[in-house]
Amino acid sequence: MIRLVLRRLAQAVPTLFAVVAVSFFLMRLAPGGPFDLERPLAPAAMENLRRVYGLDRPLIAQFGSYLASLAQGDLGPSFSFRDLTVAELIGRGLPVSATLGALALVLATGLGVGLGCVAAVRRGGAVDRLLGFGAALSLSLPSFVVAPLLQIVFGLTLRWLPLSGWADGDPRHLILPVVTLALPQVGALARLTRASLGEALRTQPVRTMRSLGLPPGRVVRHALRGALLPVVAYLGPLAAALLTGSVVVETIFGLPGIGRYFVEGALNRDYTLVMGVVLLVAALVVAFNLLADLACAWLDPRLRVAA
Amino acid sequence: MTGAVAAASPRARALRRLARERGAVAALCVLAAIALACLIGPWMTGHEPERAYPDLRQLPASLAAQPDDARLAAALDRLAFRIRARVEAAERTGDALRLTLAADAPIDRRGLVYLPRSDLFGVPQVASESEGGRRLVLDVPVRRLHFPLGTDVHGRDLLSRCLVAGRVSLAVGLVATLVALLIGVAYGAVAGFVGGAVDAAMMRAVDALYALPFVFFVILLLVFFRASLGLMLIAIAAVEWLDMARIVRAQTLTLRERDFVRAARALGLTDARIIARHIVPNTLGPVAVAATLLVPRVILLESFLSFLGLGVQEPDTSWGVLIAEGARAIEAAPHMLAAPAAFLIATLVSLNLLGDGLADALDPRSA
Repeated sequence: MIRLVLRRLAQAVPTLFAVVAVSFFLMRLAPGGPFDLERPLAPAAMENLRRVYGLDRPLIAQFGSYLASLAQGDLGPSFSFRDLTVAELIGRGLPVSATLGALALVLATGLGVGLGCVAAVRRGGAVDRLLGFGAALSLSLPSFVVAPLLQIVFGLTLRWLPLSGWADGDPRHLILPVVTLALPQVGALARLTRASLGEALRTQPVRTMRSLGLPPGRVVRHALRGALLPVVAYLGPLAAALLTGSVVVETIFGLPGIGRYFVEGALNRDYTLVMGVVLLVAALVVAFNLLADLACAWLDPRLRVAA
Repeated sequence: MTGAVAAASPRARALRRLARERGAVAALCVLAAIALACLIGPWMTGHEPERAYPDLRQLPASLAAQPDDARLAAALDRLAFRIRARVEAAERTGDALRLTLAADAPIDRRGLVYLPRSDLFGVPQVASESEGGRRLVLDVPVRRLHFPLGTDVHGRDLLSRCLVAGRVSLAVGLVATLVALLIGVAYGAVAGFVGGAVDAAMMRAVDALYALPFVFFVILLLVFFRASLGLMLIAIAAVEWLDMARIVRAQTLTLRERDFVRAARALGLTDARIIARHIVPNTLGPVAVAATLLVPRVILLESFLSFLGLGVQEPDTSWGVLIAEGARAIEAAPHMLAAPAAFLIATLVSLNLLGDGLADALDPRSA
């Protein structure tokens, strides 16, 4: 187990390095810079700014010093949000995105796995077909359609919930974004659970349990443990994606999360902010994939041996 | 593999099973209808997709002919102002309008060209003139225009726009999927067939790519370099071939040791030929399912990028672009969101249902 963790952490280093390198050089190759304003600065002022932020040095030297400060845990100052460091910006945005993401993850997992189990048990029946259609529909509803629709229905027409904004995490402001985030994942998880559990329910041990007269609920519980493997494997990257926020949902609902900072940073050529966010997302993907693997090993003893 | 395919070939059986899945067949019909409509529909709506009717902005969806009386009056007032006259009377009988214009000075008849230019009226005929040219009675033909899905903020026919946008969305979905398919199948088949250290290295690379926050990279790429259709296609295909490579590799690993592959090898076929003629055709079942389910994901990704303004650019349009326009005007004209969203969602649901049906039909364990 510990060897698995160590090996995965060792593998993560080149991955994260690749992330840093690709995004660093991608951004520097792109036209435009962080100090391009509507009205161009005086050349001397531009020269000074570039020197202060170290942008006048050769690209490879800049990359080296960025890596050096990164190794000390320093993500650098933000270019577009003056007087703030990237770490401070992430510290502001991450709690917002993570709250929404965690709630959406819990909602989607509970609903999706539950409905998937129902569909697998009723395989081929009317309920299964209805749930199958529901899953296909939920996968096909883009968040940028669902979000304005929810705003119109619950915010403008019924006036039950606020339209947008964060309001320091007031629960009423969370409902619509969380539902929007969770909706497509309910369908994906239900579909995954149905396929995997449906297969597990057709295996020999399950038939034996049935023939021995175990109550159907117990049979499903036994089968579900092994059948959850693909679901857990899917939850790893999903958790990382949800926790780091959704650009669309945060934009439409006006939430100050990571996704918003990322897009604003990209549009303003805020090199360090973009790098910080990309690195954070990549690190979370690695971490949650590892967690998912550990959970799989806990669910299925065979995987512990293989690892 | 030559000669007539027997009736009970696996493909025929799979097709028969697919035909029994009513949901999948219905989905296929919907898809065919949408594709056909997008292909030939824009010529049949009676409107150029780019043609703007300034007097008919943000019309709601309706089957009634336009302009109706209220919009006719508004348009006449606007035009009369440009002709430097007042509308004294306007009486509509069918497609004809008897219009009486009055002014304090003789009316300059050259101004009458504004009427046919507005797209709502034909060429006016002067019926009578009185008070020394200060009062004109005109017979103006009124056009009857139909906007079944309404018009957008510039007064363009939304149905034509949706159909033209559908061409782009569907084309992006198909082309990007095809590119992802080619890369993924080739990569997966080679990795699985060659095996050993090459396989391990190739799949490690795929694992590493999985950990990259790709959506963020796509956004970066499109923000920093001028967003264009080609760049977006490349970006989407570069993201989506990974799943395909994994599926094909897993299939290839089981196929590699099968007798027909050994036989082919014993006959002295080259590796490339074995992969192309024996391995890849046998992986096509799961690949077809994965590809069918990939198309809606690609279309969704394209609309997502276009919604953010990073995808398809004006004057081209796609469902994502139209949805973004609709979301901006949602309070005044909800139909502008509803129409393209309905097209998009119908397409995506159909593709997802078709993929599900295909998966069930190709599953050898199902009866």
